[in-house]
Amino acid sequence: MAKMVTDVICPFCGTLCDDLEVSVSDDGTKILDVYNACAIGAEKFLHSQAKDRVTRPRMKQEDGSWKEVTYDEAIEYTAKMLADARKPLMYGWSSTNCEAQAVGTELGEMVGAVMDNTATVCHGSTLIAVQDVGVPSCTLGEILNRADRIVFWGCNPAHAHPRHMSRYSIFPRGFFTGKGAKGRKMVVVDPRVTDTAKTADIHMQVEQGRDFELLTALRVAFKGEWLPDFVGGIPKKTIYEVADVMKSGRFGIIFFGMGVTQSLSKNHNIDQAICVTRDLNEYTKFNIMPMRGHYNVTGSGEVWGWLHGFPYALDLSRGFARYNPGDTTSNDLLMRDEVDSVFVIGSDPGAHFPNSSVKKIWDLPCVCMDPHLTPTTAVCKLHVPVAFVGVETGGCAYRMDNVPIECRKVVDPPEGMPTDLEFLERVVARVKELKGA
Amino acid sequence: MAEYLIKNGFVYDPVLGIKGDKVDVAVKDGKMVETSALSKPAEIDASGMTIMAGAVDIHAHVAGPKVCAGRNFRPEDKLFRATPMAGIKRMEGGFSVPTTLRTGYDYARMGFGFVMEAAMPPLYARHVHEEIRDTPIIDEAALPVFGNNWFVLEYLKNHEIENTAAYIAWLMRMTRGFGVKNVNPGGTEAWGWGLNCPTVNDPVPYFDITPAQIIRGLIEANEYLGLPHCMHVHSNSLGEPGNFTVTLDTLKQAEGIKARNEFGREQVLHHTHLQFHSYGGESYASKSFESKSKEVIDYVNSQDNITIDLGVVTLDETTTMTADGPFEHHLTELNHLKWVNTDVELETAAGVVPYIYSPKTFIAGAQWAIGLELGLYAKDPMRTFITTDHPNAGPFIRYPRVYKWLMSKAAREDMLDNVLKYGNTVRDRCYIGEIDREITLFELAQMTRAGPAKALGLEAMFGSLKPGMEGDVAVYPYNPETSEDPEDIERAFSNAQYLIKGGEVVVKEGQVVSNGNKRTFWVDCKVNENPQVERDIAEKFKRYYSVNQANYEVYAHHYVPNPYVIEVDATQ
Repeated sequence: MAKMVTDVICPFCGTLCDDLEVSVSDDGTKILDVYNACAIGAEKFLHSQAKDRVTRPRMKQEDGSWKEVTYDEAIEYTAKMLADARKPLMYGWSSTNCEAQAVGTELGEMVGAVMDNTATVCHGSTLIAVQDVGVPSCTLGEILNRADRIVFWGCNPAHAHPRHMSRYSIFPRGFFTGKGAKGRKMVVVDPRVTDTAKTADIHMQVEQGRDFELLTALRVAFKGEWLPDFVGGIPKKTIYEVADVMKSGRFGIIFFGMGVTQSLSKNHNIDQAICVTRDLNEYTKFNIMPMRGHYNVTGSGEVWGWLHGFPYALDLSRGFARYNPGDTTSNDLLMRDEVDSVFVIGSDPGAHFPNSSVKKIWDLPCVCMDPHLTPTTAVCKLHVPVAFVGVETGGCAYRMDNVPIECRKVVDPPEGMPTDLEFLERVVARVKELKGA
Repeated sequence: MAEYLIKNGFVYDPVLGIKGDKVDVAVKDGKMVETSALSKPAEIDASGMTIMAGAVDIHAHVAGPKVCAGRNFRPEDKLFRATPMAGIKRMEGGFSVPTTLRTGYDYARMGFGFVMEAAMPPLYARHVHEEIRDTPIIDEAALPVFGNNWFVLEYLKNHEIENTAAYIAWLMRMTRGFGVKNVNPGGTEAWGWGLNCPTVNDPVPYFDITPAQIIRGLIEANEYLGLPHCMHVHSNSLGEPGNFTVTLDTLKQAEGIKARNEFGREQVLHHTHLQFHSYGGESYASKSFESKSKEVIDYVNSQDNITIDLGVVTLDETTTMTADGPFEHHLTELNHLKWVNTDVELETAAGVVPYIYSPKTFIAGAQWAIGLELGLYAKDPMRTFITTDHPNAGPFIRYPRVYKWLMSKAAREDMLDNVLKYGNTVRDRCYIGEIDREITLFELAQMTRAGPAKALGLEAMFGSLKPGMEGDVAVYPYNPETSEDPEDIERAFSNAQYLIKGGEVVVKEGQVVSNGNKRTFWVDCKVNENPQVERDIAEKFKRYYSVNQANYEVYAHHYVPNPYVIEVDATQ
């Protein structure tokens, strides 16, 4: 017999599904199976049970080998590294809970750190665009209940947010959307024929890097003005048709992803996409939402927002909060040799940063706090494994629409293993001692 | 705990009826006490200073998703506004939407002890509580919004007061909320389709209920439960020329309803930021727009079951934010500045737009005048509270400036003559030039302490220095006998010499010296079992919410680590 834990929150992507069911062994120590989750989400739960999981901190030795150390030693090393640093980089924060983020921010204030999250290589350009033109948006339940026009622009939820379309955007039947998918028109804009694009009513296969032009063309088309025969490789007839589809809906939404945020024009693409949405509100109700990746990258932006007023690239090194993307963003700091130590929390720059940045991390004192073995743990000096948030400890996480949901603890972490929050709290206490001395 | 004796100051306390007499004030173990109860107190010399109870803010947007959206999308609001960390004090930043840290410190410096977050979207309650948790020193509570909630719309359509009340009690428990907020009733639901309800008689699309029914129904449900605070309304057509008739129609919904509660509250309707709702004319042009403050406040004066707050425009660059979604869209169309909007499933919406109240425009000057007129025409300071609807009409740190304008005709004349570009037009289109009244310090204590505390049902804790009250005392460097310059008012009330909060000194010689021990207030209302409402809730979560019912409740621990729970029994 197994116990069933219900209403479990999936700590993988920004969709933050909260209807998982997890069966655990009677003694509550083992996860047996995961229901309702997508393949990626289920794997996250099951992976925590891996036999070869690292359960103690490891310090890299001179000869490149790893030596197991105690958590006390790990706290001492981390606290000393941060206290001695003139300008440490504390990067990551997207796969941990808001409580850890808040305590981590206090730590950042104490040591004068630059705090940055994964938005820096993801939706950071979105955050800049929002600072330019705002963002008309809504919660995912509004899409479920009202939306009859869905646009996916430069994103592929079929693979990256696997349950998005079934829970919120395309298939479900909501209050005013009793016909489900039949009542919705779906437009996908993507240079590739993705599995998402294959299910679309209209797929605009835009030329790579021509999103800005196409978005601008839509704004022209809303007004019925002249367009050239092709924009971004799309015939004008299609553009007028899509403009008409968008305008004729009762309630619509544009979801967008890294295809527009990190391709040519970056934040200007998003500026333009938001202006498309603003324009559409002259005719009907329209919204726009970034498809946030990590399950709590949104949360880290909110925590820093209320504590210091900036969603990422937060520089506390001068004793007050500063924000200047391009200057206070992780890759720029690393490549300019402006930081003298790196603390990575619940993220993987080793896999996602340019090689030249990763080499800098390799050269610097670096602590990586992460339950997994990742490319980052391979280049750091100290790897601190911690409990999985959302599996072995609870805590608050923010969904892609900024809705906060409390994660659930399903099983205990391995014996003696702290949570991110506990580890950070102990580092804070030790730094206080070191700074006080 | 510590004991304090504050001596030689001029005390103003409307509850005790003290009008500037030199009375010793004693604090022990976190409470106000008789001086005889002290054994070895630390003495604070308040010679030449003014002493009042800690102030109470009945309406400010200081925590939650729209506030945070305002912070994150306005980096310019932080430029040159940062204050470094110092001692126990953490880094501060921001102006019109300050960080939570600055919010707590600024309120403490202004001598406040309690602040009400004015609009909490229920689905985002965790966010509101996380921000409240990270706001130091001040006690806070939050009002969940109900005026566009699908449950409420469906129940009130058939005038099902008992079901509405049961749902309100349930939602307040789920969200750790304090009372019933009602923003643009019906209009925000209409905004789900890009529409609005401009008057109290426009039916809500699909739900087919009028704002008037929602307003009256929520008042009745509020009194059915006997909550500490009354129904708190932001009526339809905020900011529209000619909207005063809608405001009067809204206020009339309270006619004939009596307060029913055990907290000493006597009113059944609080109309917030009345300034935005007292406009005449047909456009914003100076030849059409006019003040209708007198017409609105005359009605308020004639009724005894209504309280109001002012929402005075402070002529700053600020960030507007409200659950009135259609209004923010209207505003962005007007000023073409950036616009954030979030519609919240089944519950509400919110918008955020930066706004510059420029003294060089007629309209900002007229708005400034109307807010002050309301405060100066109001007959009962115990029912009239000073706010700026922070940050909508101006940031809360401008309260002392508003005090100055209310307390000094000379300061108002100076504004009309020297600051406002269209001062004479403002005199012409508004009543401000005709008013000689100057609010006294005693009336100020009513409007910022005793009054709001009573309206929130917290008169047993806040608003007075009476023994047994919370140990919240503010000492301002203002000498009522010698001060003549109105600027002294603004200077003194901007930075208290001392603030004792909950019996602990948090501001000492003008500096923040402690992060305090803040609490979150919420109301736990017991109602009879109601299977229909329980079934409706389960059904709506199953079919229409994007979260499961089991994941909706804000559990205490890290969201509300230091709660103060007010229990209400509505089972009879």
